[in-house]
Amino acid sequence: MRRKTPYPYWFVAPAAIIFTVLFTIPTVTSLYFALTRWDLFSQTFIGFDNFVQFFREPGLTRGLINTVIFAGLTSGLKTVLGLLLAVLLTAGIFAQGFLRAVVFFPVLVSTIGVGLTFTELMHPTDGAINMGLSFFGIDGPGWLTNPDLALISVALVDVWRGVGLATLIYIAGLASISPEYYEAARMDGATRLQQYWRVTVPLVRPATTTVILLSLIGGMRLFDLIWAMTRGGPGFSSDVLASVIYKQYQAGFYGLSTAGNVILFILIGVLVMPLVYWLNRREVDL
Amino acid sequence: MKRRQYVIGITALAATFVIFVLPFIFILLNASKTSQDSAALDFSLPDRWVFFENLIAVVQARDYILLLAYWNSTLITVCSVALMVIFGAMVGYILQRRHSAWNKVIFGFVLAGLMIPPAVVPTIWLLQQIGLFKTIHGMILIQCAYGLSFSVLLFRQFIGTIPRDLDEAARIDGASPLQIFFRVILPLLKPVTVTVIVVQSITVFNDFTHPLYYLPGRENVTVQLTLYNFQSQFVSQMNLLFMNILLVTIPPLIVFLFFNRQIVAGMTAGAVKG
Repeated sequence: MRRKTPYPYWFVAPAAIIFTVLFTIPTVTSLYFALTRWDLFSQTFIGFDNFVQFFREPGLTRGLINTVIFAGLTSGLKTVLGLLLAVLLTAGIFAQGFLRAVVFFPVLVSTIGVGLTFTELMHPTDGAINMGLSFFGIDGPGWLTNPDLALISVALVDVWRGVGLATLIYIAGLASISPEYYEAARMDGATRLQQYWRVTVPLVRPATTTVILLSLIGGMRLFDLIWAMTRGGPGFSSDVLASVIYKQYQAGFYGLSTAGNVILFILIGVLVMPLVYWLNRREVDL
Repeated sequence: MKRRQYVIGITALAATFVIFVLPFIFILLNASKTSQDSAALDFSLPDRWVFFENLIAVVQARDYILLLAYWNSTLITVCSVALMVIFGAMVGYILQRRHSAWNKVIFGFVLAGLMIPPAVVPTIWLLQQIGLFKTIHGMILIQCAYGLSFSVLLFRQFIGTIPRDLDEAARIDGASPLQIFFRVILPLLKPVTVTVIVVQSITVFNDFTHPLYYLPGRENVTVQLTLYNFQSQFVSQMNLLFMNILLVTIPPLIVFLFFNRQIVAGMTAGAVKG
């Protein structure tokens, strides 16, 4: 008699059915629906017209560019600030545990709540941020009303909300660096700054990879914060792909909305895949 | 030199505290003010503390919609996380214990689930076809599908620490695969299970985007959707808006106070393999 395995593949079945039906099938069919004119009543195959429209209409193209800017900016800031905060919060300072908790807590708070709070804080005339700035004699800008600034303002709030996760990952990364490296560096006469650049930065590389990838993917997919703060406005100035997808869906242009989804999917693939390869290749051996 | 470092340290601490704590104090202060008082949007102390009046007003608003929202959100969170835990652990178990070409396929799907944004309109179309659009069951299954990947990764990693000898011993005693998994393995997964429950509950509870797409309709409101809708409702009543924000902030705060360690473990472990 054949020995029965205690690990039958049908254990995977419940998860596989849910995942396939609700995730894989929509993802695969989106490749077809993106090529159709699809509204409440009918769908017709129109080839790549939706994609052509995406790259022709300034409002839609703007969303694509903004997505890249937003993801790049938030990812960069989270990486740099996350590492600095992690170094600060592992230095054995006063109230370290409490501060770690304070920095991390926004990660767990409702994004909509954060968005609405900062919308009020960033109010051009009454907002607490500009009141605070005017106390120092600085004339605060219209954070969310200035079309050139709205996207960046939202990005800053996203950094506020997400830097705690980056810090947490970096703290775990720093803990895995053996103190002997610092000792050796000190013996060789390295300054604090040199130790930081020559020992810390190269050795937390795996954490850096994780932080960059997580925040880049998260940044490209972000919808709720932008929707709570600006709804893509003023005009299209802070629209990203995710908000364009929602707007086109609301307007009944399902084919165009799905094309936006496919573009977002391709964008993530195009930016993330080479990055994974490059970041993993440059991991240092010590 | 020492002194300069001390000054830098203190400054950094003060800045961190101001940047991360002040917004929450702002919420708390404004939630305790009268509506005229809160319209100024400043950091002053309330003229009159009306915290409990505001609390009651928010709960009663729009025919007690907030209570309905809390009920719906809780139901969706509890059910979808329960499914994620059981089904996710089963996949993680097989992925860790068996080695064949199928593993790579399954692992590919797991990574795809982590990276690819869901195709929303085709998902709505599909939900309509199977009669799950605008239903709580549909939303539960959707949240389960979107959260499975992360759960599988965490479980697979943890199951690696459980010796195979245990499965083998149970098998020799005549246990069936289901018995081995539910009686022997699953109870040993308690630490990682707590982590998965806590992290995924917060994710599902805070989710705004997917209920917005898949769960329209007044009777289906979730906590995040009511909060969003209150924004246009309470333009002249900032105090009630901030009370609502406060109510949405408290559940994660309580969870964080009790499960800090598990949350940290989950967030960093899941992050180890981007």
